Amino acid sequence: MGAFIVRRLLNYVVLVFVATSLAYLGAATAFHPKDMYLQKNPPTPAVVMYHELNERNDNPDKPVLERYAHWVDGVAHGDFGQTWQLDSVSKHFSISVWVTVRLVTVAAVISAVAGILIGSFQAVRQYKFSDHAITFGSYIIFAMPVFVLAPLLKLVAVQVNKAVGGNTPLLQYQGEIDPDATGFWGQLFSRADHLLLPTISLSLGLIAFYSRYQRGQMLDVLGSDFLRTARAKGLSKTRAILKHGVRTAVIPVMTLVTYSTILTFAGAIITERVFGWNGLGSWFTDATNHSDVNSVAVITLFSAVLVLIAGMLSDIITAVLDPRVRL
Amino acid sequence: MTAPTAADTESVQPLAAVPARSGRAGLVWRRFRRNKFAMVGLVGLVLLFLFAFLGPLLTHWSPTDIDLVNTQSGPTGDHLFGTDDVGHDMFAQTVNGMQKSLIIGLLVALLSTGSAGLLGTAAAYFGGWWEKVIVWLTDLFLVVPSLLMLIILSPYFQGTSWLVLVPMIALFSWMITSRVVRGMTLTIREREFVRAARYMGVPAWTIIARHIIPNISSILIVDFTLNVGAAIVTESFLSFLGFGIRTPNVSLGTVINDGAQFASTDQWYLFVFPASVLVLIILCVNFIGDGLRDALDPNSTGASAR
Repeated sequence: MGAFIVRRLLNYVVLVFVATSLAYLGAATAFHPKDMYLQKNPPTPAVVMYHELNERNDNPDKPVLERYAHWVDGVAHGDFGQTWQLDSVSKHFSISVWVTVRLVTVAAVISAVAGILIGSFQAVRQYKFSDHAITFGSYIIFAMPVFVLAPLLKLVAVQVNKAVGGNTPLLQYQGEIDPDATGFWGQLFSRADHLLLPTISLSLGLIAFYSRYQRGQMLDVLGSDFLRTARAKGLSKTRAILKHGVRTAVIPVMTLVTYSTILTFAGAIITERVFGWNGLGSWFTDATNHSDVNSVAVITLFSAVLVLIAGMLSDIITAVLDPRVRL
Repeated sequence: MTAPTAADTESVQPLAAVPARSGRAGLVWRRFRRNKFAMVGLVGLVLLFLFAFLGPLLTHWSPTDIDLVNTQSGPTGDHLFGTDDVGHDMFAQTVNGMQKSLIIGLLVALLSTGSAGLLGTAAAYFGGWWEKVIVWLTDLFLVVPSLLMLIILSPYFQGTSWLVLVPMIALFSWMITSRVVRGMTLTIREREFVRAARYMGVPAWTIIARHIIPNISSILIVDFTLNVGAAIVTESFLSFLGFGIRTPNVSLGTVINDGAQFASTDQWYLFVFPASVLVLIILCVNFIGDGLRDALDPNSTGASAR
């Protein structure tokens, strides 16, 4: 068993390395960092340009493989290079990643809990009006990509603010916090207010996704013998469903939840852009627009590692939840 | 538990005196037709296609025209969806964008489902090194964050034809289907009729084409349908961020991005019209996909046996 896990881990590490290398080489050949300097008005002097390009290890006159080798060497020593603004990539990363964490965490928790509860509720009341209504609602949400949902939420917020009136708008949709907010409670409220719309835009899709899956799993479980046994031994219907039904049905759903949650950390690009949060997603698009290979590579590395962690984590969660699985 | 294959039912057909359309296709069609949502989706999608390709006849503006007199105009008889701040006719842009998005969606789905079927069956049927390489490639592409990779490679398809997006998106959307297809092929490969064919000396690719593909066709059809929607979303996602289709070409993504600038202003309809078109397309495609899944799956609860 141990050998199996080690071999699997090794295979994952190789995959992450190859994936990141592909991203680096793709970016290094696709981007034109020189144009960034030449398009400036007035254009940057050639000496300064080449000096900065060499600093960033993005000098297109050097062979790609040489730059790649230099980058791998740096990464092996914990040096991820410099951004297009000649900042340290590691420093920029440690700032952006927390912005994304603050943006995504609440949404991830809410969507997992709500999705599983709603799905179980639907299964228990199968083919009732509520089941049909929720199914129809999730169809609509599935058809609504984030880049439609997020501006739509903004639109609604503006109309709500207009209807409510007042000096300061009720619903905030730009940035993380109002810089004028003072005091602990004032800042907390401002943060929560700014978090509301992005959280909705991130979680609606996930809730629809989880609840649909949980509903299907729950329907399989509801007819099972062990649930009837639990009832026969005197448990109330609600307790039997919660303790024995939901817990069994949630095991396969947890895999999905782990993967989606972890991938949201890397995939909140649109939400960050629309609501003006300077997290990893915004950094990634900015870096691409500025032909910044180092930043792009580190974010790709981060999300490849996240996929790896998701894979391991979902195995562990399954083992914890499912008494039939032993690690 | 085994689904009757197309070959089974067709060979029986001439013997039994049955009414027309009683083959598997007929059965699936009858079951599909009974599903209200699926029919709404089918009719809706046909109407959307007609709208996309006949819509240009309703306006004399082309997507690149600029009406300097009526910038930021509301929806009027001349500008059905209004105009943006430059004076572009949003109706012409939306309709033109729809055409591109629909074409890209169909082509990507064809390419990705096709290659997924090919790779998945080949991996499972041939085994050995074929399988090792294909499975490893599948794992690799699953680890590579596909949307990030598409953005990274976007400078490559800058300035070329917008059709370049088709192979690019397809390259990052075949993996999951390929895995499922491989799993199904592994069980079909051991079935008697496949073995019989193999011992009779039928070439491998003929067995795959005649015996394996028909038996996994239901998943391929459903997957194709859902991939159309997914591809349209991916394309619009890229174009929304400015990494997909770029000016002077338009797609639903670019039009929605233009409109989204106005979502928090009084010109919100510039966003709502193209966005609703996209939502309707995905909604219809998903309805059809789910309807097909129920109609094709012999064990589905939604449809009865007939």
